[in-house]
Amino acid sequence: MEIKKTSLNKLHQSNNAKFVEFAGYEMPIQYSKGIIEEHKFTRSNSGIFDVSHMGQLFIYGDESLTEELEKIFPLDLKNLKQNCSKYSFLMNEDAGIYDDLIITKIEEGYLIILNAACKYKDFEILSNLLGSKFKINLDNNRSLIAIQGPKSVEILNSIINGVDKLNFMTGNWFDSDNQKLFVTRSGYTGEDGFEISISNDKAEKFVENLIEKGAQLIGLGARDTLRLEAGLCLYGHELDINKTPVEANLRWAISKSRLSNGGFIGSKKIMNQMQDGASQIRVGIKPEGRLIAREKTKIFDDTDTQIGEITSGTFGPSVNGPIAMGYVDKEFSKVDTKILLEVRGKKHPANVCALPFYKKNYVKGVN
Amino acid sequence: MSEVKFSKEHEWITLEGDVATIGITKHATEMLGDIVFAELPEKGSNVEKDGTAGVVESTKAASDVYTPVSGEVVDTNQAIVDDPSKINEDPEGLAWFFKLKMKDQSEMDSLMNKEEYDKFAKESTS
Repeated sequence: MEIKKTSLNKLHQSNNAKFVEFAGYEMPIQYSKGIIEEHKFTRSNSGIFDVSHMGQLFIYGDESLTEELEKIFPLDLKNLKQNCSKYSFLMNEDAGIYDDLIITKIEEGYLIILNAACKYKDFEILSNLLGSKFKINLDNNRSLIAIQGPKSVEILNSIINGVDKLNFMTGNWFDSDNQKLFVTRSGYTGEDGFEISISNDKAEKFVENLIEKGAQLIGLGARDTLRLEAGLCLYGHELDINKTPVEANLRWAISKSRLSNGGFIGSKKIMNQMQDGASQIRVGIKPEGRLIAREKTKIFDDTDTQIGEITSGTFGPSVNGPIAMGYVDKEFSKVDTKILLEVRGKKHPANVCALPFYKKNYVKGVN
Repeated sequence: MSEVKFSKEHEWITLEGDVATIGITKHATEMLGDIVFAELPEKGSNVEKDGTAGVVESTKAASDVYTPVSGEVVDTNQAIVDDPSKINEDPEGLAWFFKLKMKDQSEMDSLMNKEEYDKFAKESTS
């Protein structure tokens, strides 16, 4: 299969990007300054991320669409206000996660942002579940640009006036340069920021404009260190078809009102696990010293019994030390539990710790 | 001090008497990106030509460090363990990795000189 390119590919090239293949796309892993500089720039200034490989699924329909979607997602969509977003999951009957996603109520429908590696399968699953009654479109004509970090609001507002009025996890349509952009105040770095859905032919010029105002392009490498410091899950690592939202310690994302009656795919398993607890749970892990424990590192207790596995591990540039997330047996999931990590044949001490590693800076109360 | 020699695993080596100083090349650090962890062989241990003699990790991945010659480890550079970013700053100078007392100096003969290495490095990336 031919590798796909986003509408910003030329711009990445002219900014000296190093490319990797990610979910069938040629994506920038870093630019000339490197991951640590890019990470720090995002935390202190404003970073631009090309996330156009992600799926933008628009579903339109009448009132019955909300009812149908409530049979799929563990959300109180009836009470979700227009232009408000929620983090959620597409699950199977055993509450195994097909994908994690952001769903936003828009005029006459919903916009769902899907992971790149999952989007075609998600589209198929949702199309089958919803049938032909609704208009469902995985829009490949739009790019998705994230701008993240404390100076992003000022920079973006100078191009799209009014985005500074958005609260965290809300969005709206804006007019700019004779076209409609859908902007949400959201992101995946732990910083204040926005995601902008824009038609492919306007994306490059739009990003050049952001760069002119002082923002810089940031690669997937720093996106990974930023999200890990923020304690956020990455599909294919912390989440997959063998993990449930309860095991992933994401029960906060399940609407309380949906727990009493269930009625969504996977609800039985979720309700059982909410009551009895899951046998393994996702935790934050801080290795002692500078040692980095990467994905698939085995976790042991002090009797040499394996109690879990790391799902993501790297060096956190803002934390200035190694950080990781992983799954451990529930009796080892309490903060400050001492554990051992097996790296290159030796066991090294580490501690279970609270998430996030880096405090989030979301803007919640603009209006 | 001898002329600097280079290995295909992107290590550099200089020889003073029978003690070799070994580090990783600038080209290697550019390919690795920001280095955030370094592990060195133990002083007093013996390492074999082309065997592993340490680890460096970047934000992205871990990579083995190989020794281009055999010998006994007589010194290691603690400064790069304490602050691995020094490896990116001065890989072919202050950020040496370890020193070996060589057994067989003829092992140096098969290594590349600077010109040969630069050509090799250029070809291995393109």
